[in-house]
Amino acid sequence: MSSTFFTASPHWQWLITAYFFFGGLAGGSYFVATMMHVFAKSPDRRMVRVGYLVSFPLVCLCGLLLTVDLGRPERFWHMLIQSETLRPMIKTYSPMSSGAWVLLLFSGCAFLSFLAALAEGGRPDWPILRRLDPTAWLGRLLTVIGALLGLYLAGYTGVLLSVTNRPIWADTSFLGLTFLVSGASTSAALLILLGSWIGVSPRSVHSLERFDRSALILEVLALAALIASLGRVAAVWLNGWGLLLAAMVLGGIALPLVLAWRRPAPDRPGWIGPMLVLFGGLLLRVIIVFSSDRL
Amino acid sequence: MAEPMGFFTDTTVCIGCKACEVACKEWNQLPARNGGIGTLSGDSYDNTRHLDGIHWRHVKFVEQFSPDRRDGRWLMMSDVCKHCVRAGCMEVCPTGAIIRTEFDTVVIQSDACNGCRDCIAACPFGVIDINPVSGTAQKCTLCYDRMKVGLEPACAKACPTQSINFGTITDLKKLAQARLGQLEQSGEKRAHLYGDNESMLGGLNSFYLLVDKPEVYGLPPDPKLPSRNLKPSALWSTLGAVALTILGVFSFRERGARDV
Repeated sequence: MSSTFFTASPHWQWLITAYFFFGGLAGGSYFVATMMHVFAKSPDRRMVRVGYLVSFPLVCLCGLLLTVDLGRPERFWHMLIQSETLRPMIKTYSPMSSGAWVLLLFSGCAFLSFLAALAEGGRPDWPILRRLDPTAWLGRLLTVIGALLGLYLAGYTGVLLSVTNRPIWADTSFLGLTFLVSGASTSAALLILLGSWIGVSPRSVHSLERFDRSALILEVLALAALIASLGRVAAVWLNGWGLLLAAMVLGGIALPLVLAWRRPAPDRPGWIGPMLVLFGGLLLRVIIVFSSDRL
Repeated sequence: MAEPMGFFTDTTVCIGCKACEVACKEWNQLPARNGGIGTLSGDSYDNTRHLDGIHWRHVKFVEQFSPDRRDGRWLMMSDVCKHCVRAGCMEVCPTGAIIRTEFDTVVIQSDACNGCRDCIAACPFGVIDINPVSGTAQKCTLCYDRMKVGLEPACAKACPTQSINFGTITDLKKLAQARLGQLEQSGEKRAHLYGDNESMLGGLNSFYLLVDKPEVYGLPPDPKLPSRNLKPSALWSTLGAVALTILGVFSFRERGARDV
């Protein structure tokens, strides 16, 4: 038996599961928006702006979820500042410590990009925000740094789980990869839904769909590596959790891929596939968090 | 720094009286579970069941009986924080609330802890939990306040059979080796020490003499530091980020090219 089975559960439940999901969406949306902005030759600006506009509210929600989940929420700042000396509290080798700093820094980037995206739409019309326009060098620097931090935010949550001693979480090194890729696929799905809703150009949506399909295939590979790396520990999923995982892979990955390839009218993006991807991303985190908590 | 101090627990002389549990709760003013309403475990004479935020000492009852209960064996073990020389809880703590004292023990500073619970998941022994009164993670301090004034920890003081021995690690190791030799001479070949050497997390400052496999006592056979997964996890995640960036370039650049 793995030594991880002799440990106690940290009781991370719905609030943390929700944080993992929304953290993936916040970081992923910013990353996808930046990729479209940097690499698409003539991107639909509304699509890029939507990415930045959703990222900031989502990261605010993440901070709220994390704070409320603490045993002493009023001491949330102890993650960043040493309560005794008031010096910065940084442990690069503790994913929770580095994650807290990345969450703070990413929130700053997301906030500035949120303002810049609003200014691009005409409100608020502050001259200073024009410097943050993604076409200006400062704006481009901001979005690139923000995208890197966004990737970190989307993936570090999985690393955080692996850097414990709990069964399943600490028995694999692929949780960070899986959460990261899932964060990208769910973010692309969210932007497809929002883009379709506000009526962005079909080509913009198609490029997002193409990215989402690639991310979903990568997610299958990451999940396969995760299960293989668990070895005999994977036997703990020979129950309802395993069935849920199979349902997640079929409904949240395989079915959206089939729907994307077989859609009869390519100019009319479907909403069922992206909805399934979003639900699958949430279900993945529920399975990972709760199946270990119950052991 | 003072000489490293700790516990050597000889499980072969533990009688399961739970005096250590009571002394610990009394000295550290730990609250009762369920507001003092007794709850029976239902399948054991041990009703504490495990260490947590309000039980920093726990006398485990390993009750091994044949199905007809004609044959049986009791193993008792007073369990506590191991005060690991390389402590997983201390490694992950994001607030710096977990510190190493001048006695080489590991203490959670309750006024700095914010109850994130990362240390609970990181501890390889399942020792730490939240104290519902303080809302912070708590565990044995090895009676740091008593040690500061030259007193021995409350549990060791209360133990009537000298199952819990307190002292410098050097002295405790000598004592443990002598007791092990004594048991082996008397024919107890299963006796062995758990956590007395550096191969286990740099050494446990609370180590044990057992007469069965560690798993039987609820102890992990091969406890590890949580940081063992940090590098491989970070590496795979970085590769994933690179792959996503490449996929993004191909996905979005193609669209741009078509637009021209």
